[in-house]
Amino acid sequence: MLPELNENEARERIAGRIAADLEDGALVNLGIGIPQLIPNFMPDGVNIFLQTENGTIYAGPAKDPNDLRIIDAGGAPISVLPGGSFVSSDASFGILRGGHIDATVLGALQVDEDGSLANWTIPNVRTPGMGGAMDIVAGAKKVYVATRHFEKNGTSKLLKKCTLPLTGHGVVDVIVTEYCLIRNINGRMVLEEIADDVDTNELRSKTPMEMEISPDLKTMTC
Amino acid sequence: MKLSPNLFKIERSAAVKMTKPFIKPIITPEEAAGKVREGTTVMLGGFNYGGVPYTVIDALHDQGTGNIRVICVDASHCNPKVPEPVGVARLIVNRQVSSMVISHMGLNAVAQEMFAKGEIDIELNPMGTLVERIRTGGAGLGGFLTPTGVDTAYEKNRQTVELDGKKFILERPLRADIAFIRAYKADEAGNLIYYGTGRNFNPVMATAAEIVIAEVDEVVPIGEIDPNNVVTPGIFIDALVIKGGNAYAART
Repeated sequence: MLPELNENEARERIAGRIAADLEDGALVNLGIGIPQLIPNFMPDGVNIFLQTENGTIYAGPAKDPNDLRIIDAGGAPISVLPGGSFVSSDASFGILRGGHIDATVLGALQVDEDGSLANWTIPNVRTPGMGGAMDIVAGAKKVYVATRHFEKNGTSKLLKKCTLPLTGHGVVDVIVTEYCLIRNINGRMVLEEIADDVDTNELRSKTPMEMEISPDLKTMTC
Repeated sequence: MKLSPNLFKIERSAAVKMTKPFIKPIITPEEAAGKVREGTTVMLGGFNYGGVPYTVIDALHDQGTGNIRVICVDASHCNPKVPEPVGVARLIVNRQVSSMVISHMGLNAVAQEMFAKGEIDIELNPMGTLVERIRTGGAGLGGFLTPTGVDTAYEKNRQTVELDGKKFILERPLRADIAFIRAYKADEAGNLIYYGTGRNFNPVMATAAEIVIAEVDEVVPIGEIDPNNVVTPGIFIDALVIKGGNAYAART
């Protein structure tokens, strides 16, 4: 049996693993949810710079919880760090789409073998809209997906082919779940790391996404 | 050719004939809202809580005009965490909006429900596409090519263009009858500066509507805003509204 983690343990493990993968000095855009935990897990001596799609370059922690003049895309108060700036949305999306962001981390409803991602609608059930996600995956140099491995009902979110409308086709570089890290290497999904106590064969049998096993399969540490 | 002797002399009076007045009138929120009729296409600035013309939206809500066509980035808040509708959500919940071009409505449960029931027409655009459509509309261009949404369901019913071996979606410009935007400060000539993340869609919307009205914290004399710092030049602005007592206006 796969080890069962509570929601917080799982989210923190995913955020921690991605934090360890980001390069020092990278300019990063973080989606809502698990990705927002990443700044709490940056290893000592490794610093990333945050861009928010609503126009902050070098976003930092909030100073006043009531001040909504500087917020992130989710509406939470933030601040701008020394050396930072504010831009309008046309410039912000020029930055995102134009390849000026080193990495983005997004949540997923589904992700598949082609590196395609679906995260903006479940037709006839819930349609929050794509917001900035479609532009961000089209332009970021590296796209991380941070997601629980399974839905609450046990269905894998890592599929052979997404069944929901896509956010981007063939855009995902790295997938991190609470159980494993998968890297898209030239269009092949390679299982590079697996969490402690997780049986590789069992995880593969419960995951429709075809994964190659890396010859140096490692234990996922964060 | 006869050169005008007064070419560089600008009188601070209504005698100066311009499409938009040189000195911007400061009007009431009700006067601003009064320009909206049934069927008017209205751009509303803002992104989430920031940069929203809350005071004009409140007046538009109280005016009650229906069948408004709205272009804005999101449907604002009306959800279990924020049950009292915020910003444009007030107009949506009040059934004043018949159609919208937006990018996100994840924080407005009522809008999602109305959309599911077919009670409101909604066109969803990727956010970068939406802002660029408005920029294009204001910049006199016929459209633009973007990689955003290629090989997804969004591509369906849209024209694609292959250029130098790469596929793009052809997007069309967007314009409106009226844009209500929000800025931090204006000078009397309508030059605008913004604060923090309140800038967002406001500078592009200022370029893409027939009438542009800016809600601001304060209006200062000409000269107090350094021309080097102006983000939206006053040439785009028709009138100014001073922000009122809306709780979110006070916090933004």
